[in-house]
Amino acid sequence: METFLFWLFAIVGVGCGIMVVFHRNPMSSAIYLVVTMLCLAGFYALLAGPFVAVIQVLVYAGAVMVLILFVIMMLNLREETLEREGSIVTWILAGLIGLVLVVAVLPPFPRTPASAPEPAFGTIEEVGNKLFTVYLLPFELTSVLLLVAIIGAVILAKRRML
Amino acid sequence: MFLDFVIVLIKAGVVLFALLNLAALLTWAERKQSAFMQDRIGPNRANVGNITAGGLLHIMADGIKMIAKEDFIPEGAHRMLHTLAPAAALFPALVVFAVIPFGDVLVIGGKAIPLQVANLNVGILYIFSIASLAVYGTMLAGWASNNNYSLLGGLRASSQMISYEVSMGLSILGILMIYQSAQLDVIVREQGQLLLGFIPQWGVLLQPVAFFLFLAAAVAENKRAPFDLPEGESEIIGYFVEYSSMKFGMFFLAEFVEIVIVAGLVTTLFFGGWQFPYLQADGFHWPFEAGVWHLPHLLVVLIQVGTFCVKVLIWCWILLLVRWTLPRFRYDQVMRLGWKMMLPLALANLLVTAVIVLLVT
Amino acid sequence: MIPIPHYLTVSAILFTTGAIGVLMRRNALIVLMSLELMLNAVNLSFVAYARLHQDMGGHVFVFLSITVAAAEAAVGLAILLTIFRARATVDVDNLHLLQR
Repeated sequence: METFLFWLFAIVGVGCGIMVVFHRNPMSSAIYLVVTMLCLAGFYALLAGPFVAVIQVLVYAGAVMVLILFVIMMLNLREETLEREGSIVTWILAGLIGLVLVVAVLPPFPRTPASAPEPAFGTIEEVGNKLFTVYLLPFELTSVLLLVAIIGAVILAKRRML
Repeated sequence: MFLDFVIVLIKAGVVLFALLNLAALLTWAERKQSAFMQDRIGPNRANVGNITAGGLLHIMADGIKMIAKEDFIPEGAHRMLHTLAPAAALFPALVVFAVIPFGDVLVIGGKAIPLQVANLNVGILYIFSIASLAVYGTMLAGWASNNNYSLLGGLRASSQMISYEVSMGLSILGILMIYQSAQLDVIVREQGQLLLGFIPQWGVLLQPVAFFLFLAAAVAENKRAPFDLPEGESEIIGYFVEYSSMKFGMFFLAEFVEIVIVAGLVTTLFFGGWQFPYLQADGFHWPFEAGVWHLPHLLVVLIQVGTFCVKVLIWCWILLLVRWTLPRFRYDQVMRLGWKMMLPLALANLLVTAVIVLLVT
Repeated sequence: MIPIPHYLTVSAILFTTGAIGVLMRRNALIVLMSLELMLNAVNLSFVAYARLHQDMGGHVFVFLSITVAAAEAAVGLAILLTIFRARATVDVDNLHLLQR
């Protein structure tokens, strides 16, 4: 069951990830990216991380991608004015260099298989525990960052100079 | 292992069956109830051989009409997205019910079956993540119709939905703090505890402000009156203007399924879920040490599931009532309410709850 | 039981695809989306390693990384909107004013 789910999410996720990059219309790329993110949420659930799985769906697939889709709809690019992308030779070269990068990025595989995690691994209580004790400073800094981002986005997107 | 899988499938099948049938029934109930409230009779003509079952056959008539109509995709529209949007609207509505417990543990032949399709550790967060996926149906429907008015309607609807998602999430955090868990079955079990010895501590008693905020935000999420400007129906073009036959039927059904979802959530989080006051696993435990009435296990489970169903039906009925009582909001009023009134109230509720929980424990 | 290196391979492929998208595409929206793809691939790698070493720090980092990516997407899109209003194009090859 886990094997089947892994291969399903892997094939769909990687396929849609490649389609994000190679499709001309930004709208279709955005839809493929949403599917990729949902597959990644499935991966997180398989890796005993239920909290990050639902946070991925809630924040990334449910909010960030909605925002990107909104902007795509607002910009409303005509099909004819979409840019001519590079020639096929450039893309094949990029693919080859990408293959080299994949092999280079892969770390030395750990030989020992992963042991079964304790039942409380990846639960919301555990994440909260770590977030408010060990990682308190990044948490507070992230909240300040969000405040700055909200103010910045509102000011930049207003029509009149503030 | 295989038996567990089959049991989960059976539970999911039962939940889906009940959900879809209740949604279909609500389409009839809405028309009959609005008729009674407006002092008329309502639909009563659909009959099979002169037997009109009080208008219940209108449900079948609606279904047949929707299937039999011509199904078209407007010229110049994005074909895949136009067909995908109704499915993207219906899927989140059906899937949310997986974490709502509709009964306590049922023990059959030594096997304990919890009456909940999936007991996730992050139950409430799962509900919000699926609710945030529901925006895609509206947005894609609005854009994929190749119609400017439809696009504007879709943008209106989706911005309303994402605005009220925030208030919905924040209002539930108080419940999380009080019942100390995000698992829905733990929350429902905790609501069986007695406050002051005789009052069951239902969520509505401990978090009244959160209850009203959640109810308003969930109705706005659902795009039902008084927040049904995206639908408009008589004033403004909505996002499903280019949809016909069963695709429109799917949007329609998704809306009614979401009514059941909102009712189910309100019962589970605020009204005790399947808890009947003073009923525990082995019988009635009356307060003030007045004694225990023992009941057989199956009867207890039946009472609990029945209580859940009755509560959900009452809340569906109240939601239907609200539609025909209140006038609808204008779009700027909706936005102002969501951001300037409900969000600060939800944050204040969170603060006060946190202070009280800190002081009490 | 899927061994962890499989997840790392998927993460590497997604990261590389995102990197190709950022470097090769001319539409600024698709560049932003490829950037999000890269961030997602890295998150997957973090969660895989957290599972391997039983360390919750991976999950916490993914949580903060998702938050930062959301903030950056919001600001990036706002900048993109402003550029589009000024120049009516989102072609990154035409946006080279700083390149003197």
